[in-house]
Amino acid sequence: MSTVTLRVFRGDSTSSEFRDYKVETAPGMVVLDAIHSIQKNQDPSLACRWNCKAAKCGSCSGEVNGKPKLLCKARIDELPQDQPIVVTPIKTFPVIKDLVTDVSWNYEVAKQIEPLRLADEGSTEPLRMQQIDVDRIQEFRKCIECFLCQDVCHVLRDGQRKDIFFGPRHMVRFASLEMHPLDTADRRPFLKEHAGIGTCNITKCCTEVCPEHIHITDNAIIPLKERVADLFFDPIAKLFRRR
Amino acid sequence: MSNYETFEYDVLVIGAGGAGLRAVIGAIEKGCKVGVVTKSLLGKAHTVMAEGGAAAALANYDTEDGWKVHFRDTMRGGKFLNNWRTVEIFAKEAPERILELERYGAVFDRTPEGLISQRAFGGHKYRRLAHVGDRTGLELIRTLQDKAVSLGFDCHMETTLTRLLTQGGRVVGAFGYRRVDGQLVVFKAKAIVLATGGFGRMYKFTSNSWESTGDGVVMAYDAGAELQDMEMVQFHPTGMIWPPGMRGILVTEGVRGDGGVLKNGKGERFMFNHVPEFFRAETADNPDEAARWVDDKRNNRRPPELLPRDVVARAIYKEVQEGRGSEHGGAYLDISHKGADYIRKKLPSMYDQFLHLGDVDITKEPMEVYPTIHYAMGGVAAEPDTCATSLPGLYAAGEVAAGLHGANRLGGNSLTDILVFGRRAGEAAGDYANANSHGSVVNEQIEEELDVLMRPLSGGDGVSPYEIQTELQETMQKCAMIARTEESLNEALQTVRELQSKLDDIRVPGDTRFNPGWNAARDARFMLTSSEVLIRSALERKESRGGHWRLDFPNEDPYWAKHNIIAKFENGSVKLEPRPVPTIPPELEEILKD
Repeated sequence: MSTVTLRVFRGDSTSSEFRDYKVETAPGMVVLDAIHSIQKNQDPSLACRWNCKAAKCGSCSGEVNGKPKLLCKARIDELPQDQPIVVTPIKTFPVIKDLVTDVSWNYEVAKQIEPLRLADEGSTEPLRMQQIDVDRIQEFRKCIECFLCQDVCHVLRDGQRKDIFFGPRHMVRFASLEMHPLDTADRRPFLKEHAGIGTCNITKCCTEVCPEHIHITDNAIIPLKERVADLFFDPIAKLFRRR
Repeated sequence: MSNYETFEYDVLVIGAGGAGLRAVIGAIEKGCKVGVVTKSLLGKAHTVMAEGGAAAALANYDTEDGWKVHFRDTMRGGKFLNNWRTVEIFAKEAPERILELERYGAVFDRTPEGLISQRAFGGHKYRRLAHVGDRTGLELIRTLQDKAVSLGFDCHMETTLTRLLTQGGRVVGAFGYRRVDGQLVVFKAKAIVLATGGFGRMYKFTSNSWESTGDGVVMAYDAGAELQDMEMVQFHPTGMIWPPGMRGILVTEGVRGDGGVLKNGKGERFMFNHVPEFFRAETADNPDEAARWVDDKRNNRRPPELLPRDVVARAIYKEVQEGRGSEHGGAYLDISHKGADYIRKKLPSMYDQFLHLGDVDITKEPMEVYPTIHYAMGGVAAEPDTCATSLPGLYAAGEVAAGLHGANRLGGNSLTDILVFGRRAGEAAGDYANANSHGSVVNEQIEEELDVLMRPLSGGDGVSPYEIQTELQETMQKCAMIARTEESLNEALQTVRELQSKLDDIRVPGDTRFNPGWNAARDARFMLTSSEVLIRSALERKESRGGHWRLDFPNEDPYWAKHNIIAKFENGSVKLEPRPVPTIPPELEEILKD
């Protein structure tokens, strides 16, 4: 039976340290399995979120050797075995304890987004939409809210500017609503004035880490930016717009 | 007196899966102030893991479908242990709830006419499951989450409730702790909706997450509510079996619905040898017909792989027992013949799951599967129309409730269950709250619970909660799984009793701040109580029916065909009572004869 060393962040935002744990490996093991083994056999007080263990719920986000990952999808046999595997909490949000961070800001932001508005509100008729017209929003609706995109967003992570940008997760949500074939609301002024669509400088870091392979930048953020630009900055349209 | 925070709501919803969130919407629409307590973050509940779809007789493909056929299929799948009235409401309201969900923002896959596409599934006569690829649960929970958030409610995330508070024979609130900071919390409520899901963590190999420790059923039971059919647990035929860390994780029935076939270690398509008489007339009897069915459902009978889950799970079990297992002791599930494009479009998350976590490319190779604990048909007894439990003020909806699925749940019926009865529970709780005032919380109940909660932190050496959980899981897996006997069940019961005697000796390090060990200590009690009730009910039911298979009583029994098993907490122990299944009215019985 071979073993691997996990170097795990322990503590909170005021005091913390790295602690090493030796864990026996098994075929196909993922980092989350190793964390569970530590909880069960070495230290039951090690805090870590998880639910489905199948990359469907987005609970177990963390950073493995500095790379944002779902711990349930991070295979141990794909990591260098000759050095400790460093496991840390996602960086953009304040640490509560060990690998658990305070992501409540995301839920507060979500409340501000205008929901779907159908033209025939109150009707119970079945909706008619073609598959080809919903393909692109179905991509956005794959989001599992793991917040890894929020973790790597330069505006949120390096700048800590949650006051000016909602972050890629919520841009994906905006896109799923704005591009819904039967939606009638216009969220473009809100996107510009409050959600901070303009602050994204399209480095595509969010797209790279998305475990659902959503093309966040190309398919969600850039088209939203274009729609906002059309409304506010199109010089031709401006001539005809009534003030 | 301990220091705790108090919150007050008209309606408190415990659990934020699909049933809980639909109940929130229902209660808000009744004008109530609603609070929700969830053990995880919002949107992470078990609903998210549902893959295949939500069954409703929309008849978008098969115009012959209708509520009566859905009613018939559900009753037959449940081996008539279902409450007919619950099933009637369910089958009639299912289409309405799905269409409503679409108006909330759910984006289902479409038919060529632009309507909701429907998928074939085990036990359903027609294509009936509204779906989004193989991530339908995510679509449901996110849609309900967004809708409920837009209406406004208080969400207490990562909070665990451990005791329902009662006064004067009704429920008046609940007590527990916030996981993040360990703060003790009291919720006062005029009515409570229990939507806590199942209890599959008592088994070693399960598709259930850490949350499914039976808190809901046991809190209700401790408070005096009746439980029903607790022996009825569903073993999903296809859980992952390899690698070890993935064992038990679900492989959607959609694989079989979309043409996947089961083969044993010898390469034989064994399901043709396991077709029960009851389903013979509607099942294909040769591979050619079964293969034709995938593209022409009208003129061919369904493949035997799509028999109800209990039948398929038993067949895999028997093949392995008789020495025809796969490499790791299961069966092969193969859909590679359908081609890579088809598979990636229809089953994207299965493709990903096996490729990244199992090193198997399902477009080229078969998957290896074995039955896994998946769902609890039994739970808190609930009235069909209102979801009221036997405890006034307490309502139960979704997996925690019993009555709809009988002895075996059909795939696709749970996602619809949570919509239909989540709404009904929320609205009925809202009505109750509007007609009643707050009761008063009895401090003794809180102090008593506090004592239980805090004991593991009282210092010194003791038993690890994980040790107890592991031993329970090993025992339940060995003795109370798919094939049961009086002897094996008694062995399980004895272990459960021994483990219960160790509960007061559990000790864990750390404090109450996000401490999984401390949380696991209280969970162990829930797991043991629910296990005890399950085992005792399973001993009582001396027959085989649906998910409950007794090797020592291999046949169905006419007496038990007409009785549910009710379990109640009385004078410190489990009291069991066989109760006649409600008599089905003649006009509905007619439907079953088809």
